[in-house]
Amino acid sequence: MRRELSVLIMIILAIFLFIMAAGFTFGSPLETDMDDYFIMNGQEQIATNNIVTTIVFDYRGFDTLGESTVLFTAVIGVALMFRMIVRGDSDENE
Amino acid sequence: MSKIVRFCADMLYPAIVIFGLYVIMHGHITPGGGFQGGAVVATAAALIIVAYSYEEIQGMLSKFLLQIQESAGLVMFAGVALIAIGLGTTFFYNYLANSGLLFGMSVPFGPNPGELNTGGFLPLMNIAVGIEVWGGLAIVILYLLSGIPKEGT
Repeated sequence: MRRELSVLIMIILAIFLFIMAAGFTFGSPLETDMDDYFIMNGQEQIATNNIVTTIVFDYRGFDTLGESTVLFTAVIGVALMFRMIVRGDSDENE
Repeated sequence: MSKIVRFCADMLYPAIVIFGLYVIMHGHITPGGGFQGGAVVATAAALIIVAYSYEEIQGMLSKFLLQIQESAGLVMFAGVALIAIGLGTTFFYNYLANSGLLFGMSVPFGPNPGELNTGGFLPLMNIAVGIEVWGGLAIVILYLLSGIPKEGT
């Protein structure tokens, strides 16, 4: 019963999303102000050919700082976890 | 692993590192950047760990040095952005772009072949993030694969 219900919910969601996506046409987004600004002014202001790098490292620099911090925190977490596991193993062996 | 695998890993290791450094260094001209290039370099560490065993590479990949490298990347990233405050502008202001100094050449509007000496502090940021991702992913791989048993035991 629960299985049929979940399948039914999935089908309804899929139909809903397809109907929503059918309303858009590919290649003509509704809002283009931000894209146009980056494309027209990126090369002049930041002196870079790669607009994606311009956005990621300059216009959205705070975002990249957060990304780097998230990676740093993830590495610290992995190091802490495995250090605990390794220490526990060595305690058992000794 | 067998001798053939170890030889191929030895041959591929510098090529992968050089390609990753190329992706990092050309992040402001070609697709790619610090994150992608750092991940490419970290796969070289994964290759060398898989080809040899964890005990044999203790002298080659030091956890302490990789931790220092990762921290240095993050500090360099924030430091390059903080210099802008010292110059009297806002945080993350691109003070090197169009300045004529290091990486300070201008770029004409529209499609052009590209020049390495452009981009303001974006190449410095790419290098910082590349160093950080290199150290971070390498140390994660080093920790995760530390359980691979030694050859022949």
